[in-house]
Amino acid sequence: MIQHQEDIIIQTVCRILIPFMQVYGLYVLAHGHGSPGGGFQGGCIFAASFILMPIAFDLAAFKKRFAEKRIILLCSLGVFIYAGIGWLCLLLGGNFLDYGELSAILPVDPVMARYYGIAIIETGVQITVMAVMVSIFINLITGGRHKEETQENYD
Amino acid sequence: MIDTLSTHYNYWVFAFLLVVGLYSMMAKNNLMKKLIGMNIFQWAIILYFISIGAKRGAQIPIVAGAHGQGEELAIHAAEYINPLPHVLMLTAIVVGVATTGISLALLIAIYKKYDTIEEDEIIQRLQQ
Amino acid sequence: MKKLLGIALAIAALLVLLYGIEDLPPWGVSDQPASLHVSPRYIEKSLAETGVPNMVTAVLADYRGCDTLFETAVIFTAGIAVLMLLRRAMP
Repeated sequence: MIQHQEDIIIQTVCRILIPFMQVYGLYVLAHGHGSPGGGFQGGCIFAASFILMPIAFDLAAFKKRFAEKRIILLCSLGVFIYAGIGWLCLLLGGNFLDYGELSAILPVDPVMARYYGIAIIETGVQITVMAVMVSIFINLITGGRHKEETQENYD
Repeated sequence: MIDTLSTHYNYWVFAFLLVVGLYSMMAKNNLMKKLIGMNIFQWAIILYFISIGAKRGAQIPIVAGAHGQGEELAIHAAEYINPLPHVLMLTAIVVGVATTGISLALLIAIYKKYDTIEEDEIIQRLQQ
Repeated sequence: MKKLLGIALAIAALLVLLYGIEDLPPWGVSDQPASLHVSPRYIEKSLAETGVPNMVTAVLADYRGCDTLFETAVIFTAGIAVLMLLRRAMP
């Protein structure tokens, strides 16, 4: 188990740094079309900001903000968004993951519908990568033996 | 063989990296060191594929200043490096992260059961 | 003994690899086989077909979208596998 130790310098630096890291992760996601970046890279940066919290503060304080049930829901939500866009394209009359068909519901032409379809699925990838990284990290540092949150979260 | 060193030196580096990974997977006794060797092996292959896509004098595969428009832009394939190895190796890196995570979890599970991750001690325990 | 066998096998593998290097194209030439057949199609058409200036993103998420979907599924499976291997309920 991690021995928790109060350190005012690390905690203050992390408190300042974490919002900027999250904004940078979103920047890398949103600029994946015009510069190096995308869902996987942005997801890793976003996960790093969340991983900094249990390192600098307590694991319990982190889990109070970001419960395990919510992490697992986010894991599957990303894959659901991705596959849901694929099925949506199928329902609109195209092939699976053929984003050009999204122009039927988006107010753009088929080429720009591909642009926005890519943006949506990259968001799904980012959510999954972020949640899985945080989940793997928490389970590895504690060996899987960390306390569950309050019981009413599971009802 | 040695005359290729001046033009193929990147492949030499990757060959040495791959052999370092192979050696530590075969000869090391600690399972954690074997896992690090597996990652070195994997990165040798990833770097090899990335270096296949390189073209001297070309720029990265991003069209500058063409955001959201530009069907009229004439793009010549010789001006941009090959994007396909980058895409494939992005896949490989992600799968590598997944395998590394599962391997670390397996190491923790092995350590919980046998109190060691040294290979010969685990084999001793299994033979008892 | 194990170390000597490992060193011998590693040197044998290194010699095989260095022998194979002779047939590869030099680093950075633009007319090597990997850059001639499939990639010009993607480089020249991906901006017009998807509107995305970054060709890596275009190929990753559009042309190879099904691949990336199952790659995301691999990540998801890894997270669930780590949970199944390690997670124990604690009171």
